[in-house]
Amino acid sequence: MDFDPTEDQSQLIAAFDALYAKWSTPELVRSAEPVGFDPELWDQLARIGALEMAVPEEFGGAGASFLDLELVAEHHGRWLAPAPMIESQIAARLLARLKGSTAAEMLDSMLAGNRFVTMALQPARDRSLKLVPGGTVADCALALDEDRVVAVPLTGTRHAVENLGSLALADVRIPESTLTLADGASAAFERAIDEWMTLTAGALVGLARRALEIGVEYAKEREAFGVPIGSFQAVAHPLANSATAIEGAFLLARKAAWSVEGQPERFSQLAPLSFAFATETAREASYRSLHVHGGYGFMMEYDIQLYFRRAKAWAAILMEPRRAYALAAARRRAAS
Amino acid sequence: MNFDPDEGGELLRQEVRAFLDAVLTADLKEKLRRTGTHHDEGFQHALASRGWMAPGWPAELGGQGRDPMELLAFNEELEVAGAPMYGPQTTLIAANVVARFGTEEQKPDIIERSLRGAVTFVLGISEPGGGSDVAAAKTRAEKDGDQWVINGAKMFTTNAHVGDYVLLLARTDVDKPKHRGLTMFVVPLDNPGIEIQPVVTLSGERTNLTFYNDVRIPDSLRIGDVNDGWRVMTVGLAVERSGAFGGESVRLLSRIDRWAEGLDDEGRARAESLDVQERIGRAVAENEVIQLLSWRNAWLHAQDRLPGVEGSMAKLFSSEAITRQSADFVDMLGPDGIRRQGDTDAPAEGEAEWAFRYALGTTTYGGTSEIQRSIIAEHGLGLPRSR
Repeated sequence: MDFDPTEDQSQLIAAFDALYAKWSTPELVRSAEPVGFDPELWDQLARIGALEMAVPEEFGGAGASFLDLELVAEHHGRWLAPAPMIESQIAARLLARLKGSTAAEMLDSMLAGNRFVTMALQPARDRSLKLVPGGTVADCALALDEDRVVAVPLTGTRHAVENLGSLALADVRIPESTLTLADGASAAFERAIDEWMTLTAGALVGLARRALEIGVEYAKEREAFGVPIGSFQAVAHPLANSATAIEGAFLLARKAAWSVEGQPERFSQLAPLSFAFATETAREASYRSLHVHGGYGFMMEYDIQLYFRRAKAWAAILMEPRRAYALAAARRRAAS
Repeated sequence: MNFDPDEGGELLRQEVRAFLDAVLTADLKEKLRRTGTHHDEGFQHALASRGWMAPGWPAELGGQGRDPMELLAFNEELEVAGAPMYGPQTTLIAANVVARFGTEEQKPDIIERSLRGAVTFVLGISEPGGGSDVAAAKTRAEKDGDQWVINGAKMFTTNAHVGDYVLLLARTDVDKPKHRGLTMFVVPLDNPGIEIQPVVTLSGERTNLTFYNDVRIPDSLRIGDVNDGWRVMTVGLAVERSGAFGGESVRLLSRIDRWAEGLDDEGRARAESLDVQERIGRAVAENEVIQLLSWRNAWLHAQDRLPGVEGSMAKLFSSEAITRQSADFVDMLGPDGIRRQGDTDAPAEGEAEWAFRYALGTTTYGGTSEIQRSIIAEHGLGLPRSR
């Protein structure tokens, strides 16, 4: 057991944190809001190798561990990065897992920067895909259509969805002819969703941590009745609850990510557990921190609302936490 | 970074399981439940004979030199099994206090007998009306020649009726600020003037209210300096406060799992219902978090990095989690969920009903949830002092 990141991991975290600190400031996040995507940030992420690291070496990637991806996701979330990096990373990993020449070609063109691929979290229904993350900006989305994984082109088929989290979401009409990447691939797709849940759990932990910091900073500065409001237990104690839940969500997300290589038989349970717990934790932490701001928290001018809205929206595009808990329990039972 | 279980801990875990299979018999468990006294001399002797009264102490002091990760595994196993460990734990606290603050005359006798399991120490710290403000203790100890005369009352002196000595915090100077007028003593419980009144708690466990009327003890039973009792206690109780409650949740879930494999009215396993899955899934997540918070706490100890607020977080989260999940499981079990252990119609062997009552103690003793939140807010988040 070792709870410290390695030297390499610390460097990785520092590099990404520096990138986000420059290219994903609250001001930039706000200015990207109408579309929920910042092309400059996307370029920077490509340049630092965010996509390559997610792909095994034998497929032309840099083959980082899954835990490394989670460490990066924590910072992605902390800075509310308006870019579908997690979806793109997971799509690339799915392509690698599908094998087959069509998938391999698509992965190559992704890694070469020629194609922007995301993934639909909800399976195709009635020839359409709903709430595809990055769907307004990517070229194509991997999706599950019955038991086939298909690549759905997005130009001319999508329309943007205004949403709670100001995310780059699109509803997509599936054209008559789509490219089938693999048949009988629901297990591979389910695995991709598990990976997405785990990295999103990491992102939500980062979001929650920053949201709590903002609330705590405010509670130290803001005075009422002649004292800082943080000296009131009614204010301080809910923040302490969130601090505790965040530590739990953080350790659980890291354990889930570590289990991909360290305890593979438990990954399919830990993924939805970490996702559900992080979702609830981020919701509560961002809500508490917003509420600590009093009426100012209700104003768009204060940054805390950025966190509050995304805490809900990032997770909601897949499933609510209660469903994820149920999923984890069903898998745990099947494994016992 | 990795979450691989600690090898030494896993080995010790197996040993503890085998030990419990042999020693913690169904008869003993039934006796503990029936009497409400969660202490058993035979069990304590058996524990001591394995060298497990103070497994974390260095070998030269009578321990086994177990590291914090091994101790964690050790305690988890005993908790899951519901072993009567409170007596051995309070005895270890006393031994720890004596080892740190006792005189050379006190040490060999008290420590040797404690580690042999031959003697049981209980804690006389809390007072009626005192609550979390432990330093406000009113029980007096007044010097009379080379003796001390003790008058007052202590609350929650669990096992006083089966113990040998009480580690007693008493006020020796009423004029000094409250933290600086306290002294620690070891008082034989068969001393004239001690009256022990049973207090039955919500979990069925017996604790005691103890009265001290002109109880005379020699100065040789004072531990540490006069008026230094607060420091003595803080060191001793550091052991108690870092404790998370994980075992009870694990045990509860194992009973719930068994119940969920039973059939519902439509003839399907209960575990197939979405409602049951949601509730179980949430408890599984909480139990993972309890374990991770405790592991990290122990790991920090093992690194000689003194945990700051991590211990408070583990204690707060685990006690609130069992409070929440036990209530949720009683609901899930339906009307029969309120049947008690021993009733053959009690679902999940009555474990949820018991845990629902038991849990309420965990959010209080060893520092209430409110105290833990204040520690986290002040020392973890840097918020101003809030009381």
